[in-house]
Amino acid sequence: MALLDVQDLSIDIAGIKPLDAIGFTVDKGETLGIVGESGSGKSLTALSIMGLLPLIGGRVERGTIAFDGMELTRLPEPDYRRLRGRRIAFITQNPMTSLDPVIRVGEQIDQVARLHLGLSGSAARRHSIEIMERLRIPEAATTWHNYPHQLSGGMKQRIVIAMALAANPDLIIADEPTTALDVTIQAQIVQILGELVREKGVALILITHDMGVVAQACDRVVVLYAGRVAESNTVSAIFASPRHPYTQALIGCIPRNAMERGSLVGIPGLVPSVARYPAGCRFHPRCTRSESLCEREVPVLERLASGAEIACHVADKREASHA
Amino acid sequence: MLFYTVRRLLLLIPVFLVVSIVIFLIIHLVPGDPIDNLVRVGSTPEQKAEITARYGLDRPLVEQYLIWLSQLAQGDLGTAIVMRRPVADLIAQNLPYSLTLGGLALLFSTVLGIAAGVIAAMNKEGRIDRTVMTGVLFGSTMPSFWLGLILILVFAVQLRWFPVSGARSWESLVLPVLTIGLGGMALVARVTRIAMLETAGKDFVLLLHAKGLPARRIQLRHVLRHALLPVVTILGLRIGWVLGGAVTVEYVFARPGLGMLLIKALSQHDYPVVQACLLMLAMAVMLGTLLGDLIQAAMDPRVRSALT
Repeated sequence: MALLDVQDLSIDIAGIKPLDAIGFTVDKGETLGIVGESGSGKSLTALSIMGLLPLIGGRVERGTIAFDGMELTRLPEPDYRRLRGRRIAFITQNPMTSLDPVIRVGEQIDQVARLHLGLSGSAARRHSIEIMERLRIPEAATTWHNYPHQLSGGMKQRIVIAMALAANPDLIIADEPTTALDVTIQAQIVQILGELVREKGVALILITHDMGVVAQACDRVVVLYAGRVAESNTVSAIFASPRHPYTQALIGCIPRNAMERGSLVGIPGLVPSVARYPAGCRFHPRCTRSESLCEREVPVLERLASGAEIACHVADKREASHA
Repeated sequence: MLFYTVRRLLLLIPVFLVVSIVIFLIIHLVPGDPIDNLVRVGSTPEQKAEITARYGLDRPLVEQYLIWLSQLAQGDLGTAIVMRRPVADLIAQNLPYSLTLGGLALLFSTVLGIAAGVIAAMNKEGRIDRTVMTGVLFGSTMPSFWLGLILILVFAVQLRWFPVSGARSWESLVLPVLTIGLGGMALVARVTRIAMLETAGKDFVLLLHAKGLPARRIQLRHVLRHALLPVVTILGLRIGWVLGGAVTVEYVFARPGLGMLLIKALSQHDYPVVQACLLMLAMAVMLGTLLGDLIQAAMDPRVRSALT
């Protein structure tokens, strides 16, 4: 049984429905990438699993989120709270704004161990410094005393990761952990996350819009478009043979070596806003291969024999004969 | 931090000089002079001129100012022309009343204002929030002298719970403190509520929730701490305002204090007393602002870093 099993998840925020029947699973020691443009519902998926939708006035409307055998959508808040930070940890998008600016970064890490592991003041501090050292934060004992504004973006993101690790979680959800960072720091952070998965066997959900990060760090990937799953598959299969026109377009957006000048293309148009989702396949206005069927009917998510899933009227769904 | 404090105190000196010039000019530009209050009806112009010369009021304004300033620098506030007593004595006699009233009113508006703001913010858009904020709206729109009269009418005249006026017992403090404090409480409550709601939407608060901290603890330990930063600024500005704002309230309740002294001195054109009273109020504003800034620096490491 998978550690996290999300099925048919739909949410409601003040009458709008930004997620429509999302589903995926994550196993221990596995990294699942959730990919999509801004507005595709990636961050809301994370908030749903964390049980933090009420903070933004939302709720789970339909579907199930099973974590280690527990049904999270029906979990009472006090139990949910004991799960958050303890077994499911969250790494936010922007390290610049994710730390409390008036509290020492070390104390912010201590907080987690004190809350969830019941460590006392000095034990919690030793615990925090140990994690900081493991994340290769230089002079961890000194950095413990720093305030967030005294650290660089990459350092702050490491502090956020240290907070996520402080209680030895089983699942880490990282929402665009590298977007706000320099390219060189991005690679380091992705590498650190990868090591955690390999060494500690945690499950990682890596939310990103960067197919390069997916290729570097993920085992499987779910492609979201406008609140629905477009395609999901293993990373190697999706890069080798993307089926959904949207996935193909996303992969087409990655710059490669030996590309001719001017040959890098984007996807024309924007993700439609939640209030104005088109009928039928939500991608059809931007799709180069859309047919009249795509404008009328919502494509169902089909599961292929290999485990790949795809929701498209026009895509080639034949499996390679040797698969 | 120490260096900053010293620098800020030194910076007060030029501000103080400018303020003293403005105060001096304003009082001397007002038509009428104290001599009219001193001379008897029917005295000759010669007698008048003699008295004027005795107080140095016949000299050019610049000279008068410099004399006043040099005396001030020696700690001498001068002698009241009409009241015929050293100004320092008058101030020493009245200031404690104003400080007690102002201090208690400030304490009242701080404690209850923050509490009301927190309660409103934690029940955002609920019935409690709306009730508190409606009360706050009333509190902030009522002029204090009018509120004072209404309180006297209800609690002193009708119910006879508190004395109508004077400053003989602690009971006589209740209504004036309420009169000044309610307006301040309304202001503090509004700022606290808005600042808490704004802070609650920040990224780091989301992460605190994701760490599994109880919502109440997040509100009180983290969100409130940030919300208090603007509140401290406002309270710092209000320290001076409370002393100055007490002027009308002291008058309404017939309490001794800086305000009463100022009004009396103004009506008699008693220059040295008016100057000293206004200077006290100006100093309260300056020191209040400084205190607010220092507390803010103590509370926020980012402000501290920006100072050095």
